[in-house]
Amino acid sequence: MALENLSLEVDADGVALITWDMPGRSMNVLTEGTIAEFAEIIERLQGDDAIKGAVITSGKAAFCAGADLSMMQAFTKDYRDTAARDGEKAATAELFERSRGFSQILRRLETCGKPLAAAINGTALGGGLEVTLACHHRVVANDPKIKLGLPESQVGLLPGAGGTQRLTRLIGASEALQIMLRGLPVDPQKAADLGIVHEIADAGDIVSKARQWVLEVGEAVQPWDRDRFKVPGGTPYTPKGMVTWSVANALYRKETYDNYPAQRAIMSCVYEGLLVPIDVGLRIEARYFTKLVRGPESGNMIRSLFLSKQSLDKLARRPADIAASRVEKLGILGAGMMGAGIANVSAKAGIEVVLLDRDMEAAEKGKAHAAAAMDKAIARGKASEPDKDALLARINPSADYADLSGCDLVIEAVFENRDIKAEVTAAAEAQLADSSIFASNTSTLPITGLAGASARPENFIGIHFFSPVEKMQLVEVIMGDKTSDTALARALDYVQAIRKTPIVVNDARGFFTSRVVKTYIAEGHHMLAEGVPAAMIENAGRMAGMPVGPLALNDEVALDLSWKIMQATKADLGDAYQSDAMDGILDEMVAKRERFGRKNAKGFYDYPKDGEKSLWPGLSEIAGEQLSPDDVDVEELKQRFLTIQALETARCFEENVLTDVREADVGAIFGFGFAPYTGGPLSYIDTLGAPAFAERCNRFAEKFGDRFVTSNLLREMANSEETFYTRFPPEQSRRSAA
Amino acid sequence: MTDCFIYDHVRTPRGRGKPDGSLHEVTALELASQSLRAVRDRNELDTSMVDDVVLGCVDPVGEAGSDIARAAVLNAEYAETVAGIQIQRFCASGLDAVNFAAMEVISDQHDMTIGGGVESMSRVGIGASGGAWPVDPALAIDAYYTPQGIGADLIATKWGFSRDDVDAYAVASQKRAAEAWNEGRFANSVVPVTDVNGLELLNHDEHMRPKTDMQSLASLKAAFAAMGEQAGFDAVSIQRYPEIEKLNHVHHAGNSSGIVDGASAMLLGNEEAGKRAGLKPRARIRAFANIGTEPSIMLTGPVHVTRKVLERAGMSVADIDLFEINEAFASVVLLSMEELGLDHDKVNVNGGAIAMGHPLGATGSILLGTVLDELERRDLSTGLITLCIGGGMGTATVIERVH
Repeated sequence: MALENLSLEVDADGVALITWDMPGRSMNVLTEGTIAEFAEIIERLQGDDAIKGAVITSGKAAFCAGADLSMMQAFTKDYRDTAARDGEKAATAELFERSRGFSQILRRLETCGKPLAAAINGTALGGGLEVTLACHHRVVANDPKIKLGLPESQVGLLPGAGGTQRLTRLIGASEALQIMLRGLPVDPQKAADLGIVHEIADAGDIVSKARQWVLEVGEAVQPWDRDRFKVPGGTPYTPKGMVTWSVANALYRKETYDNYPAQRAIMSCVYEGLLVPIDVGLRIEARYFTKLVRGPESGNMIRSLFLSKQSLDKLARRPADIAASRVEKLGILGAGMMGAGIANVSAKAGIEVVLLDRDMEAAEKGKAHAAAAMDKAIARGKASEPDKDALLARINPSADYADLSGCDLVIEAVFENRDIKAEVTAAAEAQLADSSIFASNTSTLPITGLAGASARPENFIGIHFFSPVEKMQLVEVIMGDKTSDTALARALDYVQAIRKTPIVVNDARGFFTSRVVKTYIAEGHHMLAEGVPAAMIENAGRMAGMPVGPLALNDEVALDLSWKIMQATKADLGDAYQSDAMDGILDEMVAKRERFGRKNAKGFYDYPKDGEKSLWPGLSEIAGEQLSPDDVDVEELKQRFLTIQALETARCFEENVLTDVREADVGAIFGFGFAPYTGGPLSYIDTLGAPAFAERCNRFAEKFGDRFVTSNLLREMANSEETFYTRFPPEQSRRSAA
Repeated sequence: MTDCFIYDHVRTPRGRGKPDGSLHEVTALELASQSLRAVRDRNELDTSMVDDVVLGCVDPVGEAGSDIARAAVLNAEYAETVAGIQIQRFCASGLDAVNFAAMEVISDQHDMTIGGGVESMSRVGIGASGGAWPVDPALAIDAYYTPQGIGADLIATKWGFSRDDVDAYAVASQKRAAEAWNEGRFANSVVPVTDVNGLELLNHDEHMRPKTDMQSLASLKAAFAAMGEQAGFDAVSIQRYPEIEKLNHVHHAGNSSGIVDGASAMLLGNEEAGKRAGLKPRARIRAFANIGTEPSIMLTGPVHVTRKVLERAGMSVADIDLFEINEAFASVVLLSMEELGLDHDKVNVNGGAIAMGHPLGATGSILLGTVLDELERRDLSTGLITLCIGGGMGTATVIERVH
């Protein structure tokens, strides 16, 4: 067969140079075509006596970024198609053979009898690194930016081309598990220290060093194929191994709540693999890989965490017919925690920032936040003093609205109070050109209402950041009734410039994210009122996959803020307002006991100055009559937390607050940490199936209240057995947000 | 069913389970053998009458491996027709060995058997036989595996036993054991261990600390706190019992069972065999039971298996005169007494493993012998012996004196 992605040239000394250089792509990725070419390469190496050995390198800047995720999606799709046609068993057998194809080829490669050296010129991840692990010698370029790693677990998969077996045999179970369970890469120096690579050399020398090894050492046998091979760190059934493994199992559960089958499968691959020869280990690895592809998590994670997020990062929702824009000068109103964070991330992206507050002292304090953040980065070796100086030079504290003159974009991050917001809107707009965009960072107040204070409501938009700004990846962009496509396009261009992921939602109380988060918190309140032990509520929230328990989250948001929002909503809705358990608990906590949350060190938790927070012992005074924990179904608590959020997300979709299924899932995961293993709330419903989800909602509605009553759309989908992703295919589901 | 009677019981003194312990120089084989020789010699037993010897041993590897029961039979110079089998049910192995030996009689397949156990914890080491349970992710994760000490602390947390509660229990155990030794209540059963010349190596339980009081225990640091936190085991317990916010670590070496070396043997048989050997039955094995319980908390078995065995025997708690509940950890006994409504005056009246130690494979049969001696001393009738077990199990046996 002809080689397209790989090339092979043999020099005078009989050393073949295999260069991986895929046409029409900026990066090498593993495709089935490339895999077939590796098989062909083996034929040529074995069939040509003139070839003494080979060096493999890449023609791109990176060595290889890993498997093509769309290939992985095809694995899943073909499996499901075959299962529907020929049954589960036949589909599984087919998938198993397909899954192990590349692993078998790499095994043939490392046992082909000729010495192979990898000249790793750039980043090698996943299948890319696995190719090099199947070589007998590895030389990597001396560049700290090069990443070497096995990140498969981040998309719900495991390193399925021998990675779990070879890395373990190379560096021992403890270190290998560290790398594979977190999926975080290491740089060349760390890789050398761990023993993953043998040599570090200047980029220009790696091929010649690899070639030299082939000619001068040229041992074509892997350590694990030699007699008397011992795995570094030993096997599980030694006193040390028993401790290592019992602790690893506990830490796995501590970190994942056993919600992540990929991490668990990696543990089993390594454990079981250590007890058998490598050929058997590779077979075991392929079986677990097959199991992961069959399960829902990997497909959902690949789709939401990577493919959908990438599309949104590339501004899939941007109106196409509007010229690209760039914010040169950004105004920020309010130098509090949010304003300071926005200033920091914007300045980092090279944008000139005017950070405005009531007086210079407050404004300077906001700037000091960026300075402190840079100091931390410098201490960790992630930035330099000149970086810090350059960044700080771009943040101009001010107390004078006139300094806003010339800003392309102004973001207000003042108190959540309509009057104050109206005031600063008018004051800022007085200094701005007609084309400037004005954005509010409100988390709950409807944008259309706030835009009433603007002279140019078509230029008024919501840009909702999450706290802490530096860490949270999502930005929720909110369209008011009159917001123009131009304002949207420019807001999205800005979000892209600061390297955040935008979702675009239509205006409504709480928009999408705050509205759904509120249901999570409220469900915790309901449970408390029912008499579920508070610790159980909090643990069940985390066990469901949420980053914090609902009561702790409410403490962080501030209970008095929740109480104020409740009062405001009551005032706005009048008779239509429906009171629930949360209102009563907030009244008790806030109005009667001045427990405002972390801010005054008294909330659902106590926050001692020197020590960990712990649940407030007085909670029983305001909770319902305590149930015995043995009478509470923890699985049901977990289901309630995810179900109420998924249901609210579906309602947002039905009400046109959300218009793109990808944004629902990506927004929920990156905005408020909705159980990532589910792929997001709509993926959660799709995975369960609309009929089962609706049935569960009905059951919960009966048992726990009307908040679980399904929406019309869900009932319809339950009847027709549709999924969100088939009924609203992402590319077509853009039901004109603007 | 044939009645199975207890004809005699012996045990070694318990040696500190460390290299400086008095029995560290004695092989596991010799420990087991001396118990068998004592049974033979003090009963002038024709060993060819014994059909089978069943010994519990929790880490049956190395010198204790490959069926130490048959090895001990031969080493003790029993008749070569005597078979031997080693069994393993973690901490209840010794009691299960007696039950197993009794079953052979009750089922009318054997006439005379010996049940007992041996553990040289100083020589073989706890956990030496490995096992998938904590190690294999497939099982450890689903079963919420945590070490026993964490389970003991979890019991204390869930049922609200404070550090003072468990320490006070430990002080009582030491006090009772010291009193029992002082009054010679173990004299009938304890056979000193001797060297190859017949010189005495140990004649008392050397793990005891009779001067233990609340103050001395208060100075000990909770043994499982750091492990629970750093190795993730507290988090595992909390995921299994999410009503718990934080574990209260209360156990330490002073209120947990001691690591010791020891062995025991109990002579069993039907009525006819006893007569032929010229022996008088001391008690009848009335009932026994095994049960599996929630494996993560692991140590609640005694509660459940006691209910089970009593129900099968048509008895109630009130029908039992004395209880032996193995003192693996103080919280285990406190929980059992609370859940079963037992009076401390009837439980572990001569102390237990906190004071005298827990030679894993031998303990069950030691406890049975202890309660039998005490029933005779007090002229009472019924005793119940139970132990918590690794993996979440419980074993219990009810005996009844015959007059």
